[in-house]
Amino acid sequence: MSTATRMPKPKLELDPVVIRKVRSLARKAGAPVVRLAKTHTTVSVERAVLRLAGLSGADHDGVPWVNHLVDAVRDEVGLEHGVAPPVFDALRRAEAADLLTLAQKSAAGSVSFRLPQGRDSSAAVKLALRSVKPGMARIDRNRATRDALIKRHGNPRQRPWIYLIVATGDIYEDIPQAKTAAREGADVIAVIRSTGQSLLDFVPEGATREGYAGTYATQENFRLMRAALDEVSKELGRYVRLTNYASGLCMPEIAALAGLERLDMMLNDSMYGILFRDINPIRTFVDQRFSRQIHARAGIIINTGEDNYLTTTDAVEAAHTVTVSQLMNEYFAKEAGLADWQLGLGHAFEINPEIPDSFRMELAQALLARQLFPKAPLKWMPPTKHMTGDVFRGYLLDGFFNLVGAMTSQDILLVGMMTEAVVTPFLSDRDLALQNVRYVLNAAGGLIEDFHPPRDGFIQTRARQVLSEAVDLLERIVNDTGQPGTVPLLQAISDGTFGLMKRPPDAGKGLDGVFRRAPGYDNPATTLLAEGVGK
Amino acid sequence: MSTRDAASPEAASRESASPDTASTMLPDIIRPYGDTTGDGMVQVSFTLPIPHDKRAEGAALQLAAKMGLAPALLVHAKAMGSDFTFFIVYGSASHLVDLREVMVIEREFPLLTAKEVNSLIKKRLRRKLVIVGACIGTDAHTVGIDAILNIKGFAGEKGLEYYREIKVVNCGAQVLVPELVARAREERADAVLVSQVVTQKDAHIHNTMTMSAAFRESYPAGKVPLLVVGGPRFEQGSAGTLGVDRIFGKGTTPGEVASYLVHAMATTTKENPR
Repeated sequence: MSTATRMPKPKLELDPVVIRKVRSLARKAGAPVVRLAKTHTTVSVERAVLRLAGLSGADHDGVPWVNHLVDAVRDEVGLEHGVAPPVFDALRRAEAADLLTLAQKSAAGSVSFRLPQGRDSSAAVKLALRSVKPGMARIDRNRATRDALIKRHGNPRQRPWIYLIVATGDIYEDIPQAKTAAREGADVIAVIRSTGQSLLDFVPEGATREGYAGTYATQENFRLMRAALDEVSKELGRYVRLTNYASGLCMPEIAALAGLERLDMMLNDSMYGILFRDINPIRTFVDQRFSRQIHARAGIIINTGEDNYLTTTDAVEAAHTVTVSQLMNEYFAKEAGLADWQLGLGHAFEINPEIPDSFRMELAQALLARQLFPKAPLKWMPPTKHMTGDVFRGYLLDGFFNLVGAMTSQDILLVGMMTEAVVTPFLSDRDLALQNVRYVLNAAGGLIEDFHPPRDGFIQTRARQVLSEAVDLLERIVNDTGQPGTVPLLQAISDGTFGLMKRPPDAGKGLDGVFRRAPGYDNPATTLLAEGVGK
Repeated sequence: MSTRDAASPEAASRESASPDTASTMLPDIIRPYGDTTGDGMVQVSFTLPIPHDKRAEGAALQLAAKMGLAPALLVHAKAMGSDFTFFIVYGSASHLVDLREVMVIEREFPLLTAKEVNSLIKKRLRRKLVIVGACIGTDAHTVGIDAILNIKGFAGEKGLEYYREIKVVNCGAQVLVPELVARAREERADAVLVSQVVTQKDAHIHNTMTMSAAFRESYPAGKVPLLVVGGPRFEQGSAGTLGVDRIFGKGTTPGEVASYLVHAMATTTKENPR
């Protein structure tokens, strides 16, 4: 299956040498981070392994069993060798009949774990592999099911795909809203998470009805919503995709749950959690690599969050940081096994509308992204920072946002709401927003054919300038060696290069859940992911 | 789409709104202005949870009448799915606005330039003014606090980081209240700035009250740093109930906050020298 279908003719005359150079710089900046990710593990990666092995549920206080088990192993023998060897060794020693019982007993403190040696160790590794296989097979089956459903129901008839957000806090309210949104034309439904969730070091359980500004991501909520959208896909004759967030402290577990419940897209940015949630950088990069390996396997399209940089810095001055972040996201994604069609690289319409030529600069930036990543399903995000509460003016701004999307072949269009910064959108606001999108796509979608910015004109020049600033920034990052042994990208993040936020590698939330892998570290999920499925 | 006839809006206007444009005196009683003084014209839009038909349009006009719009003109009605109808209504509001009953909280402090703020701090404190800022609780929207604190600033004004005599510690988003208190103590903060954008289920109120209670508990009486909250949905005049010293609303600039801090410092430090 391929979602990036057209290869638009390049409209900007960018120097191929510069493009090659900027990619090689991104590789240089990213490679040491990948080495770091390969030599560490986190509590959340280890919990994801247990989830793939079929352990789910929580105790009566809502503490998931995977947390109990990982914590018990961490306290007794440490996580440096992975959670799998001690856990599956304990099962082999008949400490408990299955994972759930083992987790329950470990919560009561009545299991003793050890680090298996020699033949015990290889037997534990073998059992671990066998136990994780059904989970991985379910992810593979879900991917095949998605492909079959897309074949049966079809993809959206138009590009960009229309992406709408649902966020009531109550999954049973979300479901009818999501179905209504799909019937009104949404191709992708994103269920926004409760704002507190990214900093929870566990994944809540079950169907949830209480959330702040969003609904908790839980396995059961995923299942309920996917089932509802399958119904509506059938009704509409168009496969409606479901999106959630693999971010925050539980990124790997949520990625695993997304694969297990056939979600279709996941927000998954390489640096967002570090910069905007103050999550420890190493934790983030380790979690992210594992999540992306799962997403690659599950056929999930990731959405990156470059829009966020522009909400904290100036969209004109910081335009190149978006490009740099897109390049880094691309590098990390491909390294983790994601294909071009899975890279929903993000960018946003956030230039101050008061400044002259703001629309032309938006066009230049959108074209630049289009041309740098011709095969990626780019995600185009609406204005938020300059939405003032004047809903009438906001509606016009959204129209211009839609126009840029139509003129530059964006693939996923997050529908802008005129009530941005005012209230949670009314039903009517959503209806008006969709009318706006449809009008612009109908009226101006064909402009792609006619619109060719003149050589060395304003748009081409601006795009080249942004690209060259991106080169400069990456060069600065790569050459910022600091003390020996430091990772330049981490140095840059701790200097406040992105979004003006300074995040040192030895601080931030979730740091105590990071472990350096010991020789002999075993992770059955990683082993299976590395084998791949031939796709 | 359907429209209804309505009596001419002029007919509805004969209140005491003085059309005396030569005078700079404002009348006490006014009405909304569409295109003629005293016409009372307003525009509203709303959705009713019923299918679009003649009855739905009648229902919309009934609501308009009960809202005090007479005559009301239904200028747009559109079905949204099979269960909802969207309406836009123009009409003359029969209510009068009595300006004598409008209560406004005037700014209680003079607006100062960055230079004036710096020199006042220098003169009064003889050290830097320390500010700790954060988005607390579940709120992850740092736009507000960043607009005030980051050097980049807001509305063309530089943020507080730019002030030479102010030390800014921005803790960022989703900071837990105990963390914020600890940080404020560690930095010996003169003022704590908290931004709350998320207002679902009154999260901003709960978070603010938890925060102010935690500070009162942790500090001896009279030693609590100035507690300032900002956000688009705080009610004017509710600072007391929330247990904070000052509330700032939408559109507040860094300069206003700096001026307030200097003003408040002058009035409180006399009583409680820190």
